[in-house]
Amino acid sequence: MTVRIVVLAKQVPDPETPPSQFKIDESTNSVIPPNGVPPVVNGFDLNAVEAALLIRDSGADVEITVMSVGSNFVMDTMKKPLAMGADRLVLVDDSGLDNIDSAGTVKVLAAVIQKNGPYDLILGGRQASDWDQAHVTLGLSEVLGLPLVSLVQKLELNGDSVSLQRVIPDGYQTITAPLPSVLTITNELGEPRYPNLRGIMQASRKKPETFSLSDLGLSVHDLAPILKLKKLYIPESNKQVELIDGEDEADYGKKLALRLREEKLI
Amino acid sequence: MTSILLVAELDEQDEINQSTLQAIAAANGLIDAVVTVAIVGEAPSSANTLAVEKVVTLAEVSVVDEGIYDQATADISKLVASTSPEVVIFGKSDFGSVVGARLAFRSDSAFAGDCIEISNRGDDFSVTRPVYGGSALAEFDIVSNPAIITLRSGAYEASNETGSPSVEAFDSGVTVGHAASVTGTVAEPREGVRLEDANFVVSGGRGLGGPEPFSVLTELANALGGAVGASRAACDAGWIDHSHQVGLTGKSVSPDVYIAVGISGASQHMAGCSSSRAIVAINKDADSNIFKEARFGIVGDWEKVLPSFLATVRELRA
Repeated sequence: MTVRIVVLAKQVPDPETPPSQFKIDESTNSVIPPNGVPPVVNGFDLNAVEAALLIRDSGADVEITVMSVGSNFVMDTMKKPLAMGADRLVLVDDSGLDNIDSAGTVKVLAAVIQKNGPYDLILGGRQASDWDQAHVTLGLSEVLGLPLVSLVQKLELNGDSVSLQRVIPDGYQTITAPLPSVLTITNELGEPRYPNLRGIMQASRKKPETFSLSDLGLSVHDLAPILKLKKLYIPESNKQVELIDGEDEADYGKKLALRLREEKLI
Repeated sequence: MTSILLVAELDEQDEINQSTLQAIAAANGLIDAVVTVAIVGEAPSSANTLAVEKVVTLAEVSVVDEGIYDQATADISKLVASTSPEVVIFGKSDFGSVVGARLAFRSDSAFAGDCIEISNRGDDFSVTRPVYGGSALAEFDIVSNPAIITLRSGAYEASNETGSPSVEAFDSGVTVGHAASVTGTVAEPREGVRLEDANFVVSGGRGLGGPEPFSVLTELANALGGAVGASRAACDAGWIDHSHQVGLTGKSVSPDVYIAVGISGASQHMAGCSSSRAIVAINKDADSNIFKEARFGIVGDWEKVLPSFLATVRELRA
């Protein structure tokens, strides 16, 4: 039996973009793409891709389909999960998706997942590094009426169920969930693998399966935001650091301790 | 009148937790606010003096719900349906984030997570939340009823105000089966002070270059009676366990002194430590973002700075 795994992945601005290059166009309330810094696949979503690949490594017969919803996809970026070892890339690529909120994203994802056919597991990263919302995957479990387990750091397939470790503040819970279920994956799972040359070659030959909103029977009117962005801006920092001075670095250390004592902090 | 439902959480001592008390202050700050607090589980006696209109207890949520939250989601959905609040507020815990999001999708309502400011005027409700890992702030108008949000811990100060709310139990009449079930809990042993409770936190990042330097940080943390933290980069590199991770996706700490060693100060990291009383940055790179966030800074090599710092701390505390 092939286990069909859907992994949700989002294209985001590189979170490692230096703060000096992070700029906002306040007239459109959007981030100005920094020169020469291509977007990346949200890091936590790569953890979810890795989780799916680990299931394959354990010997299971799996088909891994990566799905994404958006516009202006950069193919070199979006093919990274394929290069890591995922089988298929399904994109809903439509300029009508530029200004939707996460409720809209969930509607589109639910539609494309249902169009794609049967599935056994849906995995998503614990949170996206652009809007820092963490609820598209959670919302999808509600809309599809599936069991949900958040913050999964380890998973193991056992026939028609999956054994999970879910991170809690000082340890983890063990959980058994049926198939199909929706899981959010956290970075405690381990670093996503680097694509090898063979993977990159294979990915370069694969074509994404692309849908528009109308292919899914949806229109922009179905996706009117209920969370309306009013203003996006970079907060001003008014903090002034007090640099500790001294004869040499050893002296800095001593002066720091004395300064903290003076402020009654230690 | 703006009717607000606030879903409380309890701390390890089964008392109303700090985030809830902060959320009560935030909710009471809204115009014409009428606040109801829902308590999942057994209500502590202090619930009788909360500065709110009404306390509702949902005592039937069983232990099996821990981590799965199916029953809590069903109960709170019923409560929302029967009381029609305009705003529902959760703390930004895992519980609040999961139940809040599920509730929103179940009731076709908007959800805004991790808010740091909330306000209302007439029928309009607005929130501000950090985005892009804290590099930017976004203000949203929420066009749904109810608006469902989670509030970041530390965004508002808890008030000492008390009141005499009416207290009633709410029975949703629903018992859900759990499709997924918790089969056990594994506690990972922790040495020393809990990171979240520590008055001193010594954190290390990529600049440490490997796992060994964390022993120096541990020595310093012990001398201060504090705990060791780390950036996500250091944890993902395997230099120290993820339970030490401070930041947006790790733990939030608010010590008197947060000492960041070899940490560049990406906003995702700062999100977990920005409510510290004083941040001390030790970093070789004078252009590091951490110096924009710190109160005290040393531009230098931690290997040369820390020994004399540790020796002086020991003398001062002797």
